Amino acid sequence: MIQMRNPQLLIAASLLLGLGFPLRAETLSLKEVAPGIFVHQGVHEVPDAKNRGEIANIGFVVGEHCVAVIDSGGSPDQGRELRDAIAQKTRVPICYVINTHVHPDHIYGNQSFRLDGVRFVGHHKLAQAMALRAPYYSDMAHRDLGITLTPEDFVPPDLPVQGTLELDLGGRTLELTAHPTAHTDNDLSILDTKTRTLWLADLLFMGHLPVIDGSLLGWLREIERLRQVQATQVIPGHGPVTADWPLALTGEENYLKSLANEIRIAIQSNKTIEQAMNEVGQKNRPDWQLFDAFHKRNVAAAFAELEWEEESTHTPSGALP
Amino acid sequence: MRFSLFIRPLALVALSAIALTQSAWAEGEDESVWNGSLKSKFFGEQTILEDKDTLEITAPYRAEDPALVPIQVTSKFPQTPDHFIRNITLIIDNNPTPFSASFDFSPQSGKADIATRLRFNAYTHVRAIALTNDGKLHMAKAFVKASGGCSAPIGTDAEAAKARMGKMKFKLEGEKVVIGQPNPIQLLISHPNITGMQMDQISRIIQPAHYVTEVKVSFDGKPILGVRGDIAISADPNFRFFFTPEHAGELKAEIKDNLGNQFSASQTVSP
Repeated sequence: MIQMRNPQLLIAASLLLGLGFPLRAETLSLKEVAPGIFVHQGVHEVPDAKNRGEIANIGFVVGEHCVAVIDSGGSPDQGRELRDAIAQKTRVPICYVINTHVHPDHIYGNQSFRLDGVRFVGHHKLAQAMALRAPYYSDMAHRDLGITLTPEDFVPPDLPVQGTLELDLGGRTLELTAHPTAHTDNDLSILDTKTRTLWLADLLFMGHLPVIDGSLLGWLREIERLRQVQATQVIPGHGPVTADWPLALTGEENYLKSLANEIRIAIQSNKTIEQAMNEVGQKNRPDWQLFDAFHKRNVAAAFAELEWEEESTHTPSGALP
Repeated sequence: MRFSLFIRPLALVALSAIALTQSAWAEGEDESVWNGSLKSKFFGEQTILEDKDTLEITAPYRAEDPALVPIQVTSKFPQTPDHFIRNITLIIDNNPTPFSASFDFSPQSGKADIATRLRFNAYTHVRAIALTNDGKLHMAKAFVKASGGCSAPIGTDAEAAKARMGKMKFKLEGEKVVIGQPNPIQLLISHPNITGMQMDQISRIIQPAHYVTEVKVSFDGKPILGVRGDIAISADPNFRFFFTPEHAGELKAEIKDNLGNQFSASQTVSP
């Protein structure tokens, strides 16, 4: 089946084909996981030209006066689809676009929401992360996804979050938390206080191997803190929405802890980073999808971090339980 | 500095551009940047042998983390006063700054091996060019595909490295060294080694480049490794190499960065 995304093209194509009606644009599959909370669940795939990077969980929360988008999509097209889907579900205007972190699958739809009255919300380090990565990300998007991006596609937050921030959507309040370095150095989580739904984005991976692009030890510390949050259900960045909380953290936590423990042993026994990348953590392979795509890079990043563990002032040196 | 001696007038670039159009057909597009400009820029008209008898380079075909790609250069013979490698230069063809690092060795190095971690921005060749003491150049190369996905060559969380900037440690295989033989050693340097950024049009952020430019490692005052580094070296620069001690003594590392900071560290070793 040919999937067309551009409405003008669709109309033009259908006219050319002599059809009497325009074809319907592709619609985004959405599930209402709690009253007013809609989630599109992504697929466990490496971003490529076929899926166009549209792999993450994205969605929105509807209040009485405002809609808050949570992650805009993995491509400008998916951003448009999300915007159209919101318009079909509600007449409440979009007030906020919350980017949970800098990764492409969560921010490439931003451009579609640059509308009057829409504020972009993100971790106070998100703007810097976008600025540093935009040139490389644009090249990769062109090469690997077949997407052409302009600097305008990276919309930095005009409402940066340091610590916590509350957003009143009318009849419901979102509590945003800017986390210390964990999955990335700009992770933001969102708690809907009305339904106690916790949108963790990539602080929680389920099924899809967790990817360390921040700090292994920092992430383990955040997992300890997140465990204390009272929630009826959680929304991971990759994987199914689940009420199994805080048990949902277990798989990710076990993987990260096994990395930490095995890499510490490798460093103590004078193994090289190359040896560690080949040897560490292979027993975890059956538990995760995309293991071969991301495991070695996790080992490399964690190895470089743990080499300096004793010297890092903010890092507790005790072994993890 | 030996390196600057290799730089030749621009006219050579034009000449080699003509050579490029011919060689590109023969060797494939991958060699175009090298033959078109880099070779003449760094090595002028000198002949570079691609023999198997001097050195080899080991790099992952797929760079798992483009911010942290382990590269190993292995020499094929021990360093002796009669026959040794003076220098190995690493060039990454398609990086914004192709010159990545240059390493000076001496007979006291024992073996002219070097392993480090580099940033890769693209699909590209990485080349190690060795200068032997007879003045000849030898090259080994590997092709690396920097993977896309979510990570980026700049890495993340430079703050931790900045907080402990200048800290260094030596790591030996065991507690003691073996006299008269090449001993493997690792030097870990904590430094953010950040690429830097001009004013960003959207975020209005300016981040100046901040990276290690020079490393000198000596044993009892005799040089065993000299490094000239650039922004392709990953955060927290890490070097694995060899040295041959003839007696107990002091290992010393002295580094400088582009902002004028200087740090040093030393460690006594004994057999």
